[in-house]
Amino acid sequence: MSVISANALDLTFETNDGPVHALKGVSLDINKGDFVSFIGPSGCGKTTFLRCIAGLETPTGGTLTVNGMSPDEARQARAYGYVFQAAGLYPWRTIGQNIKLPLEIMQFGRNEQNQRVKSVLELVELSGFENKYPWQLSGGMQQRASIARALAFDADILLMDEPFGALDEIVRDHLNEQLLALWARTEKTIGFVTHSIPEAVYLSTHIVVMSPRPGRITDVIESPLPKERPLDIRDSQEFIEIAHRVREGLRAGHLDE
Amino acid sequence: MRRLVPVLTVVLAIFAIWYVACVPMNVREVLTQAERAGAEIVPAAAAERRDAGALGLVLRNTAHLGASWSMERAKLPAPHQVAVELWDSTVGEEVYGRRGIVRSGTLSNRSLIYHGGVTLSATLFGFLIGTAAGVLLAIGIVQSRTMEMSVMPWAIVSQTIPIIALAPMIIVVLYSLGLDRFLPEGIAGLLPKAVISAYLSFFPVLVGMVKGLRSPDQMQLDLMQTYNASRGEVMRKLRLPASVPYLFASLKVGIAASLVGAIVGELPVQRGGLGARMLAGTYYGQTTQIWAALIAAALLAALLVFAMGWIERRTLRSMGVQA
Repeated sequence: MSVISANALDLTFETNDGPVHALKGVSLDINKGDFVSFIGPSGCGKTTFLRCIAGLETPTGGTLTVNGMSPDEARQARAYGYVFQAAGLYPWRTIGQNIKLPLEIMQFGRNEQNQRVKSVLELVELSGFENKYPWQLSGGMQQRASIARALAFDADILLMDEPFGALDEIVRDHLNEQLLALWARTEKTIGFVTHSIPEAVYLSTHIVVMSPRPGRITDVIESPLPKERPLDIRDSQEFIEIAHRVREGLRAGHLDE
Repeated sequence: MRRLVPVLTVVLAIFAIWYVACVPMNVREVLTQAERAGAEIVPAAAAERRDAGALGLVLRNTAHLGASWSMERAKLPAPHQVAVELWDSTVGEEVYGRRGIVRSGTLSNRSLIYHGGVTLSATLFGFLIGTAAGVLLAIGIVQSRTMEMSVMPWAIVSQTIPIIALAPMIIVVLYSLGLDRFLPEGIAGLLPKAVISAYLSFFPVLVGMVKGLRSPDQMQLDLMQTYNASRGEVMRKLRLPASVPYLFASLKVGIAASLVGAIVGELPVQRGGLGARMLAGTYYGQTTQIWAALIAAALLAALLVFAMGWIERRTLRSMGVQA
């Protein structure tokens, strides 16, 4: 069943230097429970595509549906949680209060709020940090808290825009592992923007390779890796082959120019 | 200790400059007085002295300058004279004076404590009005581009008119409205001064608040949009809390401006207050009284800004800002 469906999507920004084709002819179907990574050089439109799904940008052509609705309707129905590149926790709120932010806006009851905070903090392994302020947490913990915030209202779709881009490799590996475990437990549909090939291959069921000017999809790779993925799967022959194919796809996109 | 030395150096330098400045400032009166007491002054003729420069007179009569720091009506009173006046018109008046609080039970209308209190109440009242106006206008401006275009230019223009020119008009207009007929006595007397005070203090608050309300970055605004938050919720949960540090920076400027406004408002009203004291001092040539009132105003301003800083620290700490 297709949760997100894009057909011949175009997005053109009008700038002073003329029109910029951020997306051109992007067609993609994402099924329920998929973990889809978008990878490509900067300017390939991967973030823009994610923002279109979220209803934060409006496409100038083609069709896009989320849960069978327009992205804007889906946003109003609070169909997805969005994790940004920076954690963006409010410094004047504790971790618990930060996670409550969407719940307050969506008018959950007080008991329900407390319950959900507790359960998502467990999910991202931050139990006991509820009353800490963001500055008291490391960068990786802050990003986990921001994931917890996106999970709090239990939307079926999780959109993540380079959430681990600013973190060091060791923390990133750890968070990737946790994210997979979380995905397995919650069975959410995840859209994940990254510029790291190993990250994309390790996490995804589908890897969408994109290339710039105009932003378009050059390859969609279905991963043959099992759902259960220990960290050392990255040394396996299969993993290396997929990574190779992603790299080839990225290179091909560049040779087109 | 390492900080004490530079701080004290600055204080000492100010006092030294002040004491030295007393000599040329007061030299004519000092020499006239010395001449009356029988001293030989160069030049001897009063008419010649009138046209001579103050520094020249000082250099030619170094032996007769002893009274420079003890003149009764000095052009520039010495710091210790001001300090004595300050003591006399506060503690002296209230504790030992016939009309002081100790003997009469009410504050003496000759004491700076009484006048400082009058100024303080007008300042605080005006500051409250100004802050409320500044915050509300800022919210309106951030919420509506139309409001920004229709209000902001006037707010800026309002600050280009010298308050000293505007104050008498505000007072005349407010008095002619006959506010005392439907407002309690205390408020009606306070209002004109408070309005001038508010006029000066709303602007820094407005500018600071607009900046503060716009301080959240695009990502934080996008986040609110993903929750489908309304404009009101974005204001309440994101913009207002984010603006608090900016607000306090403006409030410190605003409260000092409020004090200036209250003092300026007291000049034409002459119903007490530090401003009234300063003007009365000018009328009667009581420079020491002017200086004492000035120092009192400066101390009051320092106290207000310090209090604001304390509230700021308390508030920010309770908002979890890293101490």
